[in-house]
Amino acid sequence: MNALSGPALSRRSLLGGGGALILSFSLAPRSALSQSEEAQVSGTGPLPGSLSDFPYLDSWIRIDEDDSITVFTGKAELGQGIRTALIQVAAEQLDVDFSRVVLETADTGQTPNEGYTAASHSMSESGTAILNAAAQVRALLIARAADQLGLSADQLTVDDGVITGGGRSLSYGKLVGPDVLHVQAQPQSPIKDPSTNRIIGKAVRRIDIPAKLTGAVAYVQDLRLPGMVHARVVRPPVYGARLTGIDTSEVETMPGVVQVIRDGNYLAVVARGEFQAIQAMRALAAAAEWGGGIALPEKTEIYDVLKRLPSQESVIQEKGSGGGQGTRIEAAYHRPYQLHGSIGPSCAVGHVDGDRLTVWSHTQGVYPDRDAIAEMVRMPPENVRVIHMEGAGCYGHNGADDAAADAALIATKVPGTPVRVQWMREDEHRFEPYGSAMVVEASAALGESGTITDWVYDVWSTPHSTRPGSAGNLLAANLIADPFQADEPISIPQPAGGGDRNAVPGYDFPNSRVTKHFIRSMPLRVSAMRSLGAYMNVFALESFMDELALKAGADPVEFRLKHLSDPRARDVVTTVADRFGWSDWKRKGPGHGRGFAYARYKNLAVYCAVALEIEVEREAGLVRILRAVAATDSGQAVNPDGIRNQTEGGIVQSASWTLYEEVDYSTDEILSRDWASYPIMRFPAVPGAVEVHVIDRPGEPFLGTGEGSQGPTAAAIANAFADATGRRIRDLPLSPEKIRRTLEA
Amino acid sequence: MKILISALVVIVVLAGAALAYALGPSAIATVERPMPESFSGAEVKRGAELARLGYCNTCHTVRGGDPYAGGYAIETSFGTIYSTNITPDEETGIGRWSQEAFSRSLREGLDREGHHLYPAFPYTHFTKLTDQDARALYAFFMTRTPIRRSPRENDLPFPLNWRPVLAGWKLFFFDSGRFEPDGNASDTVNHGAYLVEGLSHCGACHTPRNFLQAEKRDDFLRGGEAEGWTAPAIAGDLPTPKGWTEAGLKSYLTGSFTADHGVAAGPMQPVAENLAAVPAADVEAIAAYVLPKMRSGAGKLAPAAATSEQGGNGNDEGRVLYAGLCASCHEASSPARRAHGMNLADSSALNEATSRNFVNFVLAGVQPPEGRAGSFMPALAGSLTDEQLTVLAAYLRHAKAGLRPWDDLGKTISNVRETMRRADAEPQR
Amino acid sequence: MTRFTVNDRPFSTETDVETPLLYVLRNELELNGAKFGCGLGQCGACTVLLDGEAVFSCLIPLAALEGRNVTTLEGLGTIDDPGPVQAAFIEEQAAQCGYCIPGMIMRTQGMLNRNPAPSEREIREHLNPNLCRCGTHMRILRAARRAAGKPAGDQAALAERSAT
Repeated sequence: MNALSGPALSRRSLLGGGGALILSFSLAPRSALSQSEEAQVSGTGPLPGSLSDFPYLDSWIRIDEDDSITVFTGKAELGQGIRTALIQVAAEQLDVDFSRVVLETADTGQTPNEGYTAASHSMSESGTAILNAAAQVRALLIARAADQLGLSADQLTVDDGVITGGGRSLSYGKLVGPDVLHVQAQPQSPIKDPSTNRIIGKAVRRIDIPAKLTGAVAYVQDLRLPGMVHARVVRPPVYGARLTGIDTSEVETMPGVVQVIRDGNYLAVVARGEFQAIQAMRALAAAAEWGGGIALPEKTEIYDVLKRLPSQESVIQEKGSGGGQGTRIEAAYHRPYQLHGSIGPSCAVGHVDGDRLTVWSHTQGVYPDRDAIAEMVRMPPENVRVIHMEGAGCYGHNGADDAAADAALIATKVPGTPVRVQWMREDEHRFEPYGSAMVVEASAALGESGTITDWVYDVWSTPHSTRPGSAGNLLAANLIADPFQADEPISIPQPAGGGDRNAVPGYDFPNSRVTKHFIRSMPLRVSAMRSLGAYMNVFALESFMDELALKAGADPVEFRLKHLSDPRARDVVTTVADRFGWSDWKRKGPGHGRGFAYARYKNLAVYCAVALEIEVEREAGLVRILRAVAATDSGQAVNPDGIRNQTEGGIVQSASWTLYEEVDYSTDEILSRDWASYPIMRFPAVPGAVEVHVIDRPGEPFLGTGEGSQGPTAAAIANAFADATGRRIRDLPLSPEKIRRTLEA
Repeated sequence: MKILISALVVIVVLAGAALAYALGPSAIATVERPMPESFSGAEVKRGAELARLGYCNTCHTVRGGDPYAGGYAIETSFGTIYSTNITPDEETGIGRWSQEAFSRSLREGLDREGHHLYPAFPYTHFTKLTDQDARALYAFFMTRTPIRRSPRENDLPFPLNWRPVLAGWKLFFFDSGRFEPDGNASDTVNHGAYLVEGLSHCGACHTPRNFLQAEKRDDFLRGGEAEGWTAPAIAGDLPTPKGWTEAGLKSYLTGSFTADHGVAAGPMQPVAENLAAVPAADVEAIAAYVLPKMRSGAGKLAPAAATSEQGGNGNDEGRVLYAGLCASCHEASSPARRAHGMNLADSSALNEATSRNFVNFVLAGVQPPEGRAGSFMPALAGSLTDEQLTVLAAYLRHAKAGLRPWDDLGKTISNVRETMRRADAEPQR
Repeated sequence: MTRFTVNDRPFSTETDVETPLLYVLRNELELNGAKFGCGLGQCGACTVLLDGEAVFSCLIPLAALEGRNVTTLEGLGTIDDPGPVQAAFIEEQAAQCGYCIPGMIMRTQGMLNRNPAPSEREIREHLNPNLCRCGTHMRILRAARRAAGKPAGDQAALAERSAT
């Protein structure tokens, strides 16, 4: 595994072989190319996916003389199965066996800069780039073979990377010279006819699973370098607190302690043994005195606080002249702060060797994290290498980048010694950037024909991305003696949107006005959490659709179809309705109900509909999900089982968010510090059955899957609850206490 | 064994006395099942609160089963009694019971047909219920979802499986009669007394029982046991070092962690879950009545001898077990301590005369109800051998509570392990 | 000096006896299966078998291990020859990020050691101590059923639950 090779090997590979030299050259992003080069590329039309940023084929694919094939992606495996899916794409288009392809994932020393692995973009950006690059490499090699064999291309056949014609064969390895693939991609690619696909579209087993299930080194948490020491960080009790006093002398004499680090308000301890580091950290925490800090808002007033804070208003949809006729109904919906809550607390390993720093991290963006870290430790970016190694699932911007910063900073204090930092559970719970609390107000008019004639929708939210960015977006950089200030957060623009992601309805309403209220300040630290604002907006929008359907006396599925013209949207809706048995469904008794919801993620990615059936245990205030049925259309399905896995997971994760989850805090501190104070779903409560139907669209663009099901699941649960009990809950989560209060009222 | 024999003797004598008495009660005629609409919303709502104050769901619902459909096993020293279906199902539940039959069952311990009920059903307390509350409870139960489920046969030996025997038991141990308010006490305290002595039947667990399973009236709330746990004394001299405050008691009663005492666990956990869902005024009344009875610290057990072999400071093995196993939540420097890991010096379980609660905590753990934040203690049954648990207990008793090791530890450990094995094998719905 | 066996091989260490087993497994034996998740016994990522029973290795000090037998993920099988429970998880593709899965496998093994024919309810109750955040639960349940020799699918489990 390359990620294990460390700085020594990285220098070898970068400075040693010619191929690698070319590789590093071709890693220059397009923005860094000369004007003429850029013109040359853009003159023939836009390149697909991330090829537009990295147009050289050898940025993506390397074939060596020994016929080994290496594919590079700037995306990271986050547990979404991207490693397997990208190899499927490459192997299919290269016409080689699946097992022949080796994939290198995000590493600033090796792979293209594809920014962040986020927003369900991996397949649409990297997958599309590799699809096209591989198809072009194959065509290029066939042309070369035709040339060498004196035959025309259509007289040749390809089998597992061997081109045959006229009784002679040439393998890919024999056809590539050092610079054969160092050519720019063309806008059009000779993609194979999807009906001939043998690897794309198959439920190929994930290549990473057997190793993970038998104890291989699979995560950055498992990385052990020779002489490595362990560090733990002592964090302030609340944002903005200052370290006013500490006597470190006793801690310094504790067994195994190598060094106590104090840099401004940054406090950490390094020890030889991991448990020694934990014990020393506890002692250090007990010895530290903190002062000041920023008061948190009153939790019970958070939604008023959000609406009172200054916000930047922008109308993101203005359709028709407004004021459609009919019965008007209004509703407000609320979402609390929620945790990413990785099962494995964030971890990183840092190593300073001479004037070079290497950091192994489960960051979603090796390049941006590298730049921020370099700025923080005041080193030139080219001397810093960030290598992605998997961590536990992150579901967005969790503690990964901050742990990488911890490892980097601490490594600079113990130069020459590799240092591993793992956050404690309470670090992750209290200091990861949460998913923002949000407020939605919706109003709509229902015409006489039972269709929606007017739609007005407002959403308030604090930011949904505070990723690095500059060094100031790293926790450690805020705490050191010469601190960096956080970047001014930005409002992610439409069509993707941040807090307003999926705020624009995907239905055909004649009049619609949607307004985003972007709150720049952050009462609690927040950033990107899986699906960003879409989770809340789909919850609100699809809950409101059901309220309107009820008002119209219409069946919720019929009512949606009445407002939905996109045939692919209609397909997922009707597929779910059929598979669920919507039209024949019978209520078994009080407390038994069903719910439906649909959304197209970001209005431009995966289509997903969810129907589910629940039973409400009134006494305990619990919702039991008896079964859930979903359908997804992610465009061309590279690995249907991967799509099912992501969608099943999204449904269960969203069920946990929707039924239980809410960050708890007082004005003094964050109170959610472990799984007892922030409960999530456990086995006895998971659905009885989940079935996912994948609608494959061969030849269509990849749309990305990972964030499609969370919003629809939340709304389907709320809709089922309303169906089962006649009561509507508009404030997340539908917690046991809230359910009980609602039913007893 | 001796107790069992003497019990049998007494029972036979009682049975004779019972005969005459048994002829007394008669059946109350069935009625058409009242329609849910026939009850007022306010009555049903108060009925729901009262049902929680009586913890009816706890004993009349099997884990994960239909609410109030019965079948829950109540282990007694004589055998197992299974709770009945109290949903308004006409065949298997109480759907055809009149208000009169319902009230009589609560207050006299007789079913509709006039059969005596086992006192596992706490009619010895419910007899204090007012007519108004009995009506509200009736309204609540008659508006539940009817579930058809026949009650399971009790598993009791002869002659206890012969219900007229109970008539004799009642003759000795049952005082029928409504609650009498104390003219000198406030309305709040009187309401608290009404709940504690009546509907909330605190004494059913917290009062010691005699060998015929009747509560010893003279020792009201002086500590009993329930489901293998010690129900600590509420009244009198308590062994816990820290005093109770009204705020602390209310918070404990509603399931919150209280740093001075710990958290409701074992059979007290469902009690607290129910009390968390009733009007604050009811919990306040309970606290107001109970608090003056609690003399914390006054019952502190005799301190450990300085040279105690097992528990002494030389018990390094115990200290090490504590450091590796407990300290991550229970040490002052632990961040979990603030949330729900208590200072064990203050722990009620550790300061009790018996080791039952301590052993239950350690082996079976505590988990908050599904989806709710709360105290968490992992189950450590597989982690510790009996010997290690003995050493750890001795260390904690000495180092944290300053007390002698428990004498009953070995027996308790095997009892709790046996109970856990049985619960594991118990078929659930 | 603490002596115990790990995956049937004798092991001894001079490490401070307060140290929880997890850190010794990971850093001295370089076994990756048991993961740090919370250090509080709340998530089960660190689950191993101790004398055949599933326990939290983050909470068990060396001092409690003298003479006892520890089994880790690595003791159940290898990548080339996975044990039956591992094979069931691979068969069901029961992983997303996979971080919690070693603990799930050990918990399942612990359950089967005690109860070779668990009901659906028992499987869910036994897995209760272990958390997954990716939402892989449905697949983990299928894998556990498969490992127990039951029909793996959700529908069979639903049918079993409604029948009892």
